[in-house]
Amino acid sequence: MLEFPRWKVIWLWLLTLVCVAAAIPSLTSTMGLSWPSSLPEPKVNLGLDLAGGSHILLEADPSQVRQQRIEGMEESVRNKLKQDGKNIRISDISNRDGALTFVVADQSQVDAVREAVLPLTNGAGLTGKRDWDINVIDGNRFVLKPTDAGVDQAVTQAMDTAVEVVRKRIDALGTKEPTIIRSGPTRIVVQVPGLQDPQALKNLLGQTAKLEFKLVDTAALPSDVAQGIAPAGSEIVPFVSPAEGGGAPAIAVKRLGGIRGDQLTNAQQTNNQQTNEPVVNITFNTEGGAKFAKLTTQNTGKQFAIILDGKVLSAPTINEPILGGSAIISGRFTTESANALAISLRSGALPVDLKVVEERTVGPDLGADSIRKGMIAMGVGTLALMVFIFVTYGRFGVYANIALVINVLMILGIMAIINTTLTLPGIAGFVLTVGAAVDANVLINERIREERHRGRKVVAAVEMGYKEASRAIFDANITNVIAAVLMFAFGSGPVKGFAIVLMIGIATSVFTAVTLTRLWVAQWLRRARPADLNL
Amino acid sequence: MKLLKLVPDDTNIHFLKWRVPFYLISMVLIAASWGLVLTKGLNLGVDFIGGQMIRVTFERSPAAPVVELREQVGKLGYGEPIIQRYGKPNEISIRMKLPEGADHDAALSDKMARTITADIKKNHDDARIDGVDSVSGKVSKELGWDAFKALGFAALAVAAYIWIRFEWQFGVGALFALFHDVSLTLGLFALTGMEFDLNIVAALLTLIGYSLNDTIVVYDRIRENMKKFRKMPMPELLDLSVNETLSRTIVTSLSVLITLVALLLLGPDVIFGFTAAITLGIFVGTYSSIYMAAPILIWLKVNPNSFVPTESALDKQERLAREGA
Repeated sequence: MLEFPRWKVIWLWLLTLVCVAAAIPSLTSTMGLSWPSSLPEPKVNLGLDLAGGSHILLEADPSQVRQQRIEGMEESVRNKLKQDGKNIRISDISNRDGALTFVVADQSQVDAVREAVLPLTNGAGLTGKRDWDINVIDGNRFVLKPTDAGVDQAVTQAMDTAVEVVRKRIDALGTKEPTIIRSGPTRIVVQVPGLQDPQALKNLLGQTAKLEFKLVDTAALPSDVAQGIAPAGSEIVPFVSPAEGGGAPAIAVKRLGGIRGDQLTNAQQTNNQQTNEPVVNITFNTEGGAKFAKLTTQNTGKQFAIILDGKVLSAPTINEPILGGSAIISGRFTTESANALAISLRSGALPVDLKVVEERTVGPDLGADSIRKGMIAMGVGTLALMVFIFVTYGRFGVYANIALVINVLMILGIMAIINTTLTLPGIAGFVLTVGAAVDANVLINERIREERHRGRKVVAAVEMGYKEASRAIFDANITNVIAAVLMFAFGSGPVKGFAIVLMIGIATSVFTAVTLTRLWVAQWLRRARPADLNL
Repeated sequence: MKLLKLVPDDTNIHFLKWRVPFYLISMVLIAASWGLVLTKGLNLGVDFIGGQMIRVTFERSPAAPVVELREQVGKLGYGEPIIQRYGKPNEISIRMKLPEGADHDAALSDKMARTITADIKKNHDDARIDGVDSVSGKVSKELGWDAFKALGFAALAVAAYIWIRFEWQFGVGALFALFHDVSLTLGLFALTGMEFDLNIVAALLTLIGYSLNDTIVVYDRIRENMKKFRKMPMPELLDLSVNETLSRTIVTSLSVLITLVALLLLGPDVIFGFTAAITLGIFVGTYSSIYMAAPILIWLKVNPNSFVPTESALDKQERLAREGA
């Protein structure tokens, strides 16, 4: 038990030194000292609750994706049936209630329609299921329903795209080291250290930036529009700012035949040369430019609405065909909102709306205060504890105390090596670990006392002490590990940080309190050969 | 140097003599705790009920204008805010629950936080927003459920571990001691109205791991003594085991308390509740390892023969060596 071969001694010290050395960069940086840049610099990251910053959890609504699929299908079906040129007439089209339904006028064409629609569906998932269910009821009414597997697949794709779009938008804000990760099937976590006012960020992410150009339905009666009644083939769209938006709170636009503004190569905030009001200048790619040219050529003199995220920004009249592939969007912007829109348009539209479902922001002052107080509490607590252990166990207390200091440094070092994040509860976990780490030494020392009391010789008592105590130490630590693992598995954010510190602390404290002190005690016993122990 | 000895050698306190009255007291305390939790309820933080908590420091005022704020924020139409000091008199937290049945509106909590912070800043130009926690109804439900699962699984997992390492009676005893500790801590939170948030769940989980330390040390000694003194009656054997480990129990509890008191008095105000929960847990944990976990073994009829079949060759060798010595 007290025999330590030389290789083992060297190995123990090497391990200790590596871990302790890894803690140095984190300590020097807290004290404001510099670290030679030529050396590797493992460092403990500070969590948002200590460094200040914002954590935002965004969530998409899968039912929106479902609805989008249905609307997309409506367009596909119309185009497909038009293309085939078989003169198939369909009517009573509805894209509500989670399905696309339509009636084929001529019953004899039902099979032809089925044949035409089937290629529009794809396989979804590994089960060989299609992403749409096609049913015909009452002989000629088609019901096209997206399957759950298909919607799940579409949601996954949409979220992958959304992460990219979110990343582009945040980068455009110029924030430092943001973390953007998918969390579960419909969520995205965004963490931006140092960001104090997340409002700009939230405004940017709250914008889907789906830009559409639709023709205004001039045939609609103003009285109907006011009541929200749209003529067939049209829909009512509200203005962004109705009070100033030319009086009318809403406008009727043609549902189909417009174009989407997702084929952009650039978007910039500029000022309108005549009115000097902030506007956004957009540039289409070749395909989008051609579509836009076609739309404006065919509809010169008519009014079209520029619609952003389902609200009308402005509804100018097309004075002449716009052939240059670029256009100006006006709509009572401030410089900031125009800039935000330009960023959003540049980074692309979000394939699905994202809502902020959780936000945690910590100001830098609060974080700094927490670190300072945490450090003081830890220093004072550790010192008081060391005095207590020293007066209780004398020489063995000194060993326990050295082990304690090494333990603290090793925890820091390992955290730096595996690059974990220290959170506020993490500091508490740290302080608690310090208190709990001496537990093993207390168990051992009490046991040695007991064995001596029973009349065992010094070396035998020490051996028994370490041996008998280690069983309880092992069991007690395993239960702590179980609790920490479950905390990690079910905890969120800061609690996870606490669990990590706890787990590292359990491992290092067993190493320092049991293994290292045993080494020192063994070396002392061999050297001094004491006849009695002051314990 | 004369070393400090908090517990004299060879103590022989008859702890187990008082097991019935202490059990009764504990049962009453557990019942009272749950009574409080169920009637008065826990002061749940936004983590579990949704809504927002906004921390504000009024930089140029000696104290925060609490009355004025309550009225002002109350006027925004989201209901009455809960305003609490968390550090100096000019540092407060304003808590606002989500209105009933607002889970479906994912963005409502964000909108509320936005409105409230804007309103505070507009009316008080020295208000510094130190932190905003805004949690929607759906997320808060998930967090609550996850916390519940973590606590339940952790308790069952450690009890199962003790069952495997010892005997089923010890597993039941440990589980009961845990239930006692967690119940009393919950009772304290219900009684004082301290805010119960995710951090407190972390504290309870730590408690599950840590308060078992004491229990395990006592159990380990009981097992050892059961092998050693086959003929000793259980109450006597339990008393002996508790007395033998008493010094260690006191010293370790004290050493953890030293660091916890430092954290309570000097640590960040934001984690006061967290530290308070663990501190109370250490107290009740030490008590329960002696008065709850040990006596229950008598009633569960643990007897020395339980360990005979599991005694390994190595343990036997050890026992013979010890008995021979």
